[in-house]
Amino acid sequence: MTALAPEQPLARAPRVSTAERWRDLRIVSPGDAVYRVALMLLALVLPLLLLAIVGGLVVGAWPAIRQFQLGFLFRSTWDPVAGQFGALPLIFGTLYSSLVAIVIAVPLALGAAIFLTEFAPRWMRTPVGTLIELLAGVPSVIYGLWGLFVLVPLLRDVIWPVVKPVLRWLPFFSGPFYGPSVLAGGTILAVMVLPYVAAVSREVLRAVPPAQREAALALGATRWEAVWTVVLPYGRAGIFGAVVLGLGRALGETMAVTMLIGNRHEISLSLVQPGYTIAAAIANEFAEAVSSLHLSALVYCGLVLFVITVCVNAAARWLIWRVARGSAAGSAAL
Amino acid sequence: MASPATRRIVGAAMTGATYGAAALAIVPLAAILVMLLTKGAGSLDWDFFTRSAVPVGEPGGGFAHAIVGTLLVVGVACAIGIPIGVGAGIFLAEFGGGRFGWVVRFVADTLNGTPSIVIGIFAWAWIVRPAGRFTALAGSVALACILAPLVARTTEEMVRLVPNSLREAALALGYPRWRTSLTVVARTARAGIVTGCLVAIARVAGETAPLLFTALGNQFFSTNLLQPIAALPLQIYVYALGPYEEWHRQAWAGALVLILLVLILGTIARVATRSRHERA
Amino acid sequence: MTRRFLPIALAAVAAVSAAPTLPAQANIRVTGAGATFPYPIYSKWVLEYTSLHPNIQINYASIGSGGGIRQFSDRTVDFGASDGPMTDSMIAAVHGNVVHIPTVLGSVVPTYNLPGVTRPLRFTGDLLAGIFLGQITNWNDSRIAAMNPGVTLPDQDIVVVHRSDGSGTTYIWTDYLSKVSTEWSRRVGKATSVNWPVGLGGQGNPGVAATVSRTPGAIGYVELIYAIQTHTAYGLVRNRAGNFVQASLASTTAAAAAAMASIGADTDFRISITDADGADAYPIASFTWLLLPKQMTNPATARPLLEFVWWATHDGQRYAQALDYAPLPAPVVALIEARLRTLTLNGAPVLPANYGGRRR
Repeated sequence: MTALAPEQPLARAPRVSTAERWRDLRIVSPGDAVYRVALMLLALVLPLLLLAIVGGLVVGAWPAIRQFQLGFLFRSTWDPVAGQFGALPLIFGTLYSSLVAIVIAVPLALGAAIFLTEFAPRWMRTPVGTLIELLAGVPSVIYGLWGLFVLVPLLRDVIWPVVKPVLRWLPFFSGPFYGPSVLAGGTILAVMVLPYVAAVSREVLRAVPPAQREAALALGATRWEAVWTVVLPYGRAGIFGAVVLGLGRALGETMAVTMLIGNRHEISLSLVQPGYTIAAAIANEFAEAVSSLHLSALVYCGLVLFVITVCVNAAARWLIWRVARGSAAGSAAL
Repeated sequence: MASPATRRIVGAAMTGATYGAAALAIVPLAAILVMLLTKGAGSLDWDFFTRSAVPVGEPGGGFAHAIVGTLLVVGVACAIGIPIGVGAGIFLAEFGGGRFGWVVRFVADTLNGTPSIVIGIFAWAWIVRPAGRFTALAGSVALACILAPLVARTTEEMVRLVPNSLREAALALGYPRWRTSLTVVARTARAGIVTGCLVAIARVAGETAPLLFTALGNQFFSTNLLQPIAALPLQIYVYALGPYEEWHRQAWAGALVLILLVLILGTIARVATRSRHERA
Repeated sequence: MTRRFLPIALAAVAAVSAAPTLPAQANIRVTGAGATFPYPIYSKWVLEYTSLHPNIQINYASIGSGGGIRQFSDRTVDFGASDGPMTDSMIAAVHGNVVHIPTVLGSVVPTYNLPGVTRPLRFTGDLLAGIFLGQITNWNDSRIAAMNPGVTLPDQDIVVVHRSDGSGTTYIWTDYLSKVSTEWSRRVGKATSVNWPVGLGGQGNPGVAATVSRTPGAIGYVELIYAIQTHTAYGLVRNRAGNFVQASLASTTAAAAAAMASIGADTDFRISITDADGADAYPIASFTWLLLPKQMTNPATARPLLEFVWWATHDGQRYAQALDYAPLPAPVVALIEARLRTLTLNGAPVLPANYGGRRR
């Protein structure tokens, strides 16, 4: 280093920009690039996986797509012998049983969510909330087991004889009740979907600013009125999102539904008749479909189910995101 | 505008209705647990845990092959899925601001919403069909595909919760970014990450649909990854649908074991998170 | 926390994978899949045979004849099993590389759930066709009453239960119905999986038996042993000679006897014995077959598999009676022996020319 000339002032730092300063202070190590690339590769697996799933579905379904094209979605005959396949009863059954599930589950789930956020004593909130969330952890096959031995006999032998004289005249309840039916499948789906709708609704209601509630109360509303007129409308979009999320869950559910729905390729408005869903048909017929066309038709059904659930779930996530933005519980519930 | 009395009555009624809704929501859980305990507990004997399936009419017989099968298949699924999930989760939290991060997040959420039977078809198309036979490995891969995105999202949330001040402190002390992320941030989020993994494992241990045409099931005891293998949920499914009382009895017992497994994992996870929050 | 658990977890997985002392880790592993119809006797055979020869493990997956045919055709198993024989087009799909080896005779019975009815009901072919076509919908229909004088039939809806999976039992049932009802033959036909006009689906013989026993008013079709083991009632069926016959060892054997006259040395064993002649013949009886490749390819399993099949068709027959399957008629066994000797591995026959069974 050269000695300073006497006439130069001492050690006045050269003018450096803040960005340069930060850049100099930050320690760059080769490990950074390696680390980032390693993590990126691991993260890359997920999009590749999705592509592989879509690719596998399309390739597997291709013979059926080529043979039946879009008419597959609108035809009703499912005849493995003649090689005729139409997924309309499956699509109908999937949507109908999920609809039944939503109709049963949403009032209960919403009621439970309102209870937990508004009316429950503080000591009760965590235990009850935990219990409801535990419902989400019960495996599907156990729901099916319980449904088979408890729910179906209950519906068929206890509840149906009581309500039959009144409801029999409605098209939704016409015909004999064997036990396995859309109603049984829809009810068990409702039990399975309830915790998701309840958990997300609870988050949505918690995200409502207290000021809204307090304003209503200050204006003389009862606690219930405050909820009904202010809190619920505020969280409307999020609650709707929770409902759509529940719908998405119900659409893809397999085991419990297979065990309870009766496995019948038929379209019927009556809830007490057996039905079929896409997931149940795949579960029952996939392992031993004899002809490759039958197999391909089942994969085609799987593709249809995939597309439906992806759209429904995306819609749900968008709706929830609008209200309860990025909260940990929200995305964990998803 | 209704009279104050009416409003009060309506308010009370609706409040009561919400109490009722919450109670009704819990009834199925209570009913299931009671049923499992009463019907299943009596069948949990030594034979159940140590012997495999026998033909109908022969005495003895248990679920040993199914329990070990589940442990093996889930274990291998964890070995595959957890590293990917945790890695992706840390990536999303640390470097996930840009477009690629958005894509990965969207994909993870989409995968989380995919029906498990579709995952089963995927594993069948890519592993079972080319290999020409059903294997435990195919089942594990299917379960790993469910595990990875689930773990990724919960890991991301947990790592995000680590306060930025910790990161800045480490950087200020001279740590490079990678070391900060690995030894400071990830270690702080460790308990949360493990919790997320436990919850995901509990979920995956109970999955049946992806195993239906990948692992297929096996009446014999097997630990061979390249052969079909029994699994607890699969065995419960087959036995529940069968016509024999003996099978039903074992199905209840198996279901009790499965739900205990799920509940224990979930409780550990819950306790771990709560104690963390109480400490913090 | 993770660092402590990870090695433990890895060690646990490794220990489980390496456990050599746990049961059924055999040297030779043969896999098969297929019909639920003979599953009780096959699993008994496997149990007995592996206790005689502990180094061999035979894993038979009872998934339905449809699955058996499919997995056999895909070569994902060493042998298949089906009570619906492969059709010509299915055989063409495997380039003719299949032999059907009959193993036992069984019967398919109409099983029903009517708690108030104690005497076994009598059915005719027309009656069964009418029920399964959805034309007869109530148990107190006059057509059923006509065949069952003196029985009080309840006013209850008939719940038809059929197979939801690809099934040889379905093949036998629809084969019979096609023979006795022209309308059935025209509208539905016979196959392992048909377009059922009415009814609930059950998975496998066990699934149908379970659904019937759980659903009052249900009627389904299952192999005899399933009805017996689950204590569900099953009916008598009128045979071609006009007699109402109950499925049993004797009536099943009688059904096969009539077919013996026409069997020749060049038979491919795909014989249907439904609606057989004979005063005591049960009309819904059938052989059940193992599907073996003519040209085998796996040297490790070829000989053990054929030895098992030989044993099953000889020594194993004595276990059939206890489970109400009828043993194979002697002429058939002789023809099977000749056929088994023609199976080859890489060009050479698997079994030696003078093979007479293992001496152990």
